[in-house]
Amino acid sequence: MTTTTRGHDEPPSVALRTEALEQLLTERGLIDPKVMNGIITQYETTVGPLNGAKVVARAWTDPEYRHRLLEDGTAAIKELGFGGFQGEHIVAVANTPTTHHVVVCTLCSCYPWPVLGLPPSWYKDPAYRARVVREPRTVLSEMGLELDDEVQVVVHDSTSEVRWLVLPERPAGTEHLTEEELVPLVTRDAMVGVAKAAAP
Amino acid sequence: MSAPLDIEGPAAPPRSNGELLFTEPWESRAFGMAVTLYEAGAFTWPDFQTALIARIAAWEATASPDEPYDYYQLWLAALEDVLAGLCAVSSDEVTVRARALARRPPGHDHRDLHDHDHPH
Repeated sequence: MTTTTRGHDEPPSVALRTEALEQLLTERGLIDPKVMNGIITQYETTVGPLNGAKVVARAWTDPEYRHRLLEDGTAAIKELGFGGFQGEHIVAVANTPTTHHVVVCTLCSCYPWPVLGLPPSWYKDPAYRARVVREPRTVLSEMGLELDDEVQVVVHDSTSEVRWLVLPERPAGTEHLTEEELVPLVTRDAMVGVAKAAAP
Repeated sequence: MSAPLDIEGPAAPPRSNGELLFTEPWESRAFGMAVTLYEAGAFTWPDFQTALIARIAAWEATASPDEPYDYYQLWLAALEDVLAGLCAVSSDEVTVRARALARRPPGHDHRDLHDHDHPH
């Protein structure tokens, strides 16, 4: 038995290539593994859709904040302490009973990291990226969101510098809930526009 | 700080709305390398993004319909492209080092390389 199961003609696995690249970059002083571990941990633990949910819940309960969010998303989001890399220019768009916004990045995977974290796999998938532009109603229906025919669907492509954040409609029957109680109702999918925020 | 490599231990991989953020340990390393290099000023994000878009477009143009889409594999390839363009690390250097890692003797820490059949 031997560990050299890979022949010399066989390309190394992507896991080995990743490890090799990390070693070379570290040896050349181009990355500090401690800094890199800190960055990975940050995205794994603190940056995620909960941040965006707090923004949405604030907009649902504070009309002036909602106005500021729709006027200048980046600045309003920064008020709550969120911002930075991949969030330099966030534009928030509000869903209404007659207009539904949905977000895609047709060319790669642009996404507002500070408020939503890293994108889910379906967002990066070639099928979603190609089809949501051509047939948004069908794609949304397949993802469980049925929209009435009179609702206008607007697809936002994040290929430019802009990162989009969908402000979902506040669910009916939640008038008595506080901002904190509303936060758990706001899902990542609702903020990408492939779902609605649901009443508890 | 080795938590991201721990797939079943106390620091299980993070989930975002129920989905694994990284499905394999190397994906988080590939992600972390690109962001770390960007933050250190090694390249601009548009430089990396352009390389990533090119890799994705090339895959979509050539992949067979049943070939699984591996986003982070394309991410790593894009990162290698940018680093090769900067003469920082060449593709051949990565290949040589990866082959050397593949020849590590048994008992080394090959945490995510269990694609061979010997027992541990």
